[in-house]
Amino acid sequence: MVRVMRARDAAPVVFDLGRQSVRELNQFLHGDLKGVAAVRVENPDGAHSIAVAVDAPVRIEIGGHTGYYAAGMNQRATVIIEGNAGPGVAENMMSGTVDVAGFASGGAGASAHGGLLVIRGDAGLRCGISLKGGDIVVGGDVGSFSAFMAQAGHLVVCGNAGEGLGDSLYEAVLYVRGDIRSLGADAEVQPMTADDVATLTQLLGAAGLKHAAREFKRVGSARKLYHWNADANQEY
Amino acid sequence: MCGIVGLLVKKPKLREHLGEWMVPMLIGMTERGPDSSGMAVFTEPLGGKLRKFSLYCADRGFSWSKLKEGASRKFAQVKLTVKTNHAVLKTSSPPLDVRAWLHERYPAVHVLSVGRTIDLYKDIGLPSEVAERYDFGAFKGTHLVGHTRMATESAVTPENAHPYTAGEDWCLVHNGSLANPGSLQRKLEKLGATFESDCDTEGACRYIHWRLQEGDTLEQALHHAFEDFDGFFTFLMGTHDKLALVRDPFACKPAVVAETDEYVAIASEFRSLAHLPNVRNATVFEPKPSEVYSWSV
Repeated sequence: MVRVMRARDAAPVVFDLGRQSVRELNQFLHGDLKGVAAVRVENPDGAHSIAVAVDAPVRIEIGGHTGYYAAGMNQRATVIIEGNAGPGVAENMMSGTVDVAGFASGGAGASAHGGLLVIRGDAGLRCGISLKGGDIVVGGDVGSFSAFMAQAGHLVVCGNAGEGLGDSLYEAVLYVRGDIRSLGADAEVQPMTADDVATLTQLLGAAGLKHAAREFKRVGSARKLYHWNADANQEY
Repeated sequence: MCGIVGLLVKKPKLREHLGEWMVPMLIGMTERGPDSSGMAVFTEPLGGKLRKFSLYCADRGFSWSKLKEGASRKFAQVKLTVKTNHAVLKTSSPPLDVRAWLHERYPAVHVLSVGRTIDLYKDIGLPSEVAERYDFGAFKGTHLVGHTRMATESAVTPENAHPYTAGEDWCLVHNGSLANPGSLQRKLEKLGATFESDCDTEGACRYIHWRLQEGDTLEQALHHAFEDFDGFFTFLMGTHDKLALVRDPFACKPAVVAETDEYVAIASEFRSLAHLPNVRNATVFEPKPSEVYSWSV
């Protein structure tokens, strides 16, 4: 028996994970959400897999910290995490928005194909690893090996980046406002174009951040790893 | 995969809640480590030459009363407290003599820890079962180091459970795996260490203890460890007056810390901290890789 309060007006449907299971919540989110404008999740208390694989234009507010894989595979939903997020938040997101008020642990937005992930605090290691078209805006720092093998999309870092940023980067573009401890193989700082300024301004605006695009530097692929070079002797 | 938990209470009047706050932390890490579980509790230090020996015997029919009789004849100020197949032996006789006597007379009894402050219990089973078997909820003291184990590289046995100890008032728990435990063991055996299990973590515990004995600070010892350990780790360590935490340079294994005016709590995941008093107002952070964090009593 799913205990939900479904109001006729726009009041959210409330799930209390202190009393209800994540499975009950997710089964509800995977069902017919016609007439449901918003869902509120109380006492998430670090539970795993909260609001994964949602495919509906619904607003989901999570009133605390989440564990592994919150909002993974998200499509169309707007997921607001009012606390911190555990590993793999919004991994493989397809569309929609995921907004984390605090910090996010490792692998945030890994392999995201689309949508916007905003992390207002710091992100841990491997943020945006294998990014495939999603956009990630981090208000603070990102840890080492972020955007490793990122193929498409954007990673915006308003703070500093750790080691090996953009290692083996394909065509994703990274914008960093602070310092970069080190660039990964084949990642290079490139001139900002007018298109970059427009893209970055749009992403910062979407995240509600007030930094100016000119404060950032662009990191892109030098494309030297695209073709095998026998003369490189395995040194890049 | 494994779960680590640690708790240090800052105010003396809260020391009576230590075990009560810790048990849900440990049980919260059941999915990360359902095979076996253990807990080291650091209490008020014993005075003078008194030492505590946490002992374990697999044989549930073992006669602890005979051990106590023998120990009382041989050693000074002997007291023995038994909890099922574990016991804490207190005496003011020299620790090396006590160890040697136990080894010779009771080879089936394992010395889990020695010190003025540490008591240690570890066994196979679900964390909830182990916590109930040894009444973890009743623990009182300044800080605790706990572990839930999901065995990956050695068998599920009580001796392969964590925490591990070396020397006095020192313990370590591990989430991760080391690829070079054999070379660490050979190196340390040449320096006189005796290994008692086949778990990779024992090498890490004895290595860091060896560095501390050589005069390293904890930070220096861990920097040596970064050079000599090949593998993944989040280590939580306890000394008579400290909890310390470190993650490998790749931060392969998780850790989260919640700190208030009353306590510092550490766990692999926040879900083990969610029940703690006033945790909503705690400073919650994720420890950075390669940095040494420590908190004193």
